[in-house]
Amino acid sequence: MLKTLNRICRVGIVTEAAPPADETLRLRDALQGKLRDILGRALCIRHVDAGSCNGCELEIHALNNPIYNIEGIGIRFVASPRHADMLLVTGPVSRHMEEALRRTYDATPDPKLVVAIGDCGCSGGIFGENYASAGRVANVIPVDVAVAGCPPVPERILAAILTAISSPANK
Amino acid sequence: MPLRRWIEQSLPLRCAAGARRIEATPDSWLACAQDVAAIGGRLLALWADGAGPVTVYAALIAEPTVLLLALEISEAAGTYPGLAELFPAAARMQRAAADLSGIRARDFDQRPWLRHAAWPDDYLPLHGQAQPATQLAGRTDQYRFVRVEGDGVHEIPVGPVHAGIIEPGHFRFSVVGEKVLKLEERLGYVHKGIEQRFAQLPAVEGHRLAARVSGDSAVAGSWAYCQAYEGLAQATIPARAAWLRALALESERIANHLGDLGALGNDAGFAFGLAQFSRLKEQWLRATAVALGQRYLFDFVVPGGVSVDRGDGLAQLAACADDIAAESSALRVIYDEHAGVRDRFVDAGTVTPALAAQLGLCGLAGRASGQAFDLRCDLAASPYDELTVRKVSRREGDVMARVAVRFDELQESLRLIGEIVRRIPGGEFRVVIPSPTQAGLGLGVVEGWRGPVFVALHITADGCIQRCHPHDPSWQNWPVLEHAIIGNIVPDFPLINKSFNLSYSGHDL
Repeated sequence: MLKTLNRICRVGIVTEAAPPADETLRLRDALQGKLRDILGRALCIRHVDAGSCNGCELEIHALNNPIYNIEGIGIRFVASPRHADMLLVTGPVSRHMEEALRRTYDATPDPKLVVAIGDCGCSGGIFGENYASAGRVANVIPVDVAVAGCPPVPERILAAILTAISSPANK
Repeated sequence: MPLRRWIEQSLPLRCAAGARRIEATPDSWLACAQDVAAIGGRLLALWADGAGPVTVYAALIAEPTVLLLALEISEAAGTYPGLAELFPAAARMQRAAADLSGIRARDFDQRPWLRHAAWPDDYLPLHGQAQPATQLAGRTDQYRFVRVEGDGVHEIPVGPVHAGIIEPGHFRFSVVGEKVLKLEERLGYVHKGIEQRFAQLPAVEGHRLAARVSGDSAVAGSWAYCQAYEGLAQATIPARAAWLRALALESERIANHLGDLGALGNDAGFAFGLAQFSRLKEQWLRATAVALGQRYLFDFVVPGGVSVDRGDGLAQLAACADDIAAESSALRVIYDEHAGVRDRFVDAGTVTPALAAQLGLCGLAGRASGQAFDLRCDLAASPYDELTVRKVSRREGDVMARVAVRFDELQESLRLIGEIVRRIPGGEFRVVIPSPTQAGLGLGVVEGWRGPVFVALHITADGCIQRCHPHDPSWQNWPVLEHAIIGNIVPDFPLINKSFNLSYSGHDL
């Protein structure tokens, strides 16, 4: 126990400052003002892997490390879509996950936001559309913000989340 | 030696070290597999090729030899002898080959595996004549799970969407109270048509897709692909390029082990472990980005060498490796001495060495159950033939053993980073590869962090991919998880599952 406490003291707090929101990532403006009024800055996110290679998942995991510390800015990941304000979707949507993704979207109460992560989420990536892949997330459910990258670095994912919940610049 | 007669009738294959090909008949297909199984050899991969003469392939490994059996299937025969009794891991591979190419093994389990309900019964994605279709109507799915009957037996279905930030798959538990009587997996939810997509790419670009079969094994996948391609082109890469590839492979191993050790602590309720290891992993990823150009090396290994050489960043990588080695040593002591963590790790999810050998458990999980195989030692290709990698192995086969193997391999990889940076030769980091001039089949096999990552690449004379089969070691290990969980409680499943950390995407293709 002592060693544990010792290490906690020695390592200290290593959190960096969060990046600013990035207007270039915005796709849709629906619900923005309303969401900000209702939620302020706190947010619950449900992640869904709709067909990813698991690379984007690794960078989403990084958001929960002490350096990015997404919980420190009031954003956390939840276990059920029924608890969520936002869906974070990775991968091209594999046809075997289409139904599961739609049901997850439907189970998320309004108001809700969807952020598509990575080249695959934006455009189907190297996998594209075929008998097995429905392609980009927007082909299956409505998407508010999409961030490219293979995989996108955690700063970009964080900027995308913050963009989705912040009021648009022109309102 | 028992394999002598097979080696005598085989031909050497270009590319993967020690690889040889045998044109099999249905009888010799079985007989060779029997001989390999008898001496403790294992099945690396099994797949079918419906283009050209319909052929089923099995890659078997009995160090230092990789034997590729090629069995042409005549119209009259239609099916081939199944290998699942000799190599249990073959069962799902055979089912997948039937789903994608329509070629069936004569074996017990004929249920679809990768095929759910999203495409019509008569559509064969890898059949020689099939054109890729874009919109197909599905229908409801009726997968025949094995039911457990009895008083008080309940069924718990989990997934495909899971509660954490994790890939999708379905687990059907049969439980009494909290104790698991049986687990049946159903995978294939992230099947993206990768093998069909390969056939649309020029061979010189296939490494990009090979890297993205399983993102956590991007270096291993792309290196195995490049081994196959460079073998077919009969090209050798510069020494420095080989050493840089090894640096990338060990970097990938370190990142995965750091991530897993943190997650395993968290799954045992020790959030301190997750906080500390995820911090170290972030440090490592940043050092990797500075030294090798990307946090995750998806585009680092390319045909002819590597994509970037930042000579000056390598010393920093070695310094970071030393720091992390010291910190993770201290964390290991904390894990080992923490009563709560020990209580969860020890005797959970045990796979005995005997069961591991019978089922073909491979890679890291295999080494924790007495299956002491590591291609970096057993089939050492450049530069591993000049590095002495210490092989790590345990016999307890529980979560504690898989954690211990990770700690030991982490230290060894961190040490290797230092050694590679000190001894790496100068010279070019990439050469232009002349295009292969004839059709052919090449193999590549690399010890990824999870286990042997295998690629078979069949190209045409004009540089197109006829068939590429990328194989993640998760194929061998997923079925073993169904055994490891028996007798454990359901709340220990996330811990036991994470201790294997198998790839869904790498498996589903």
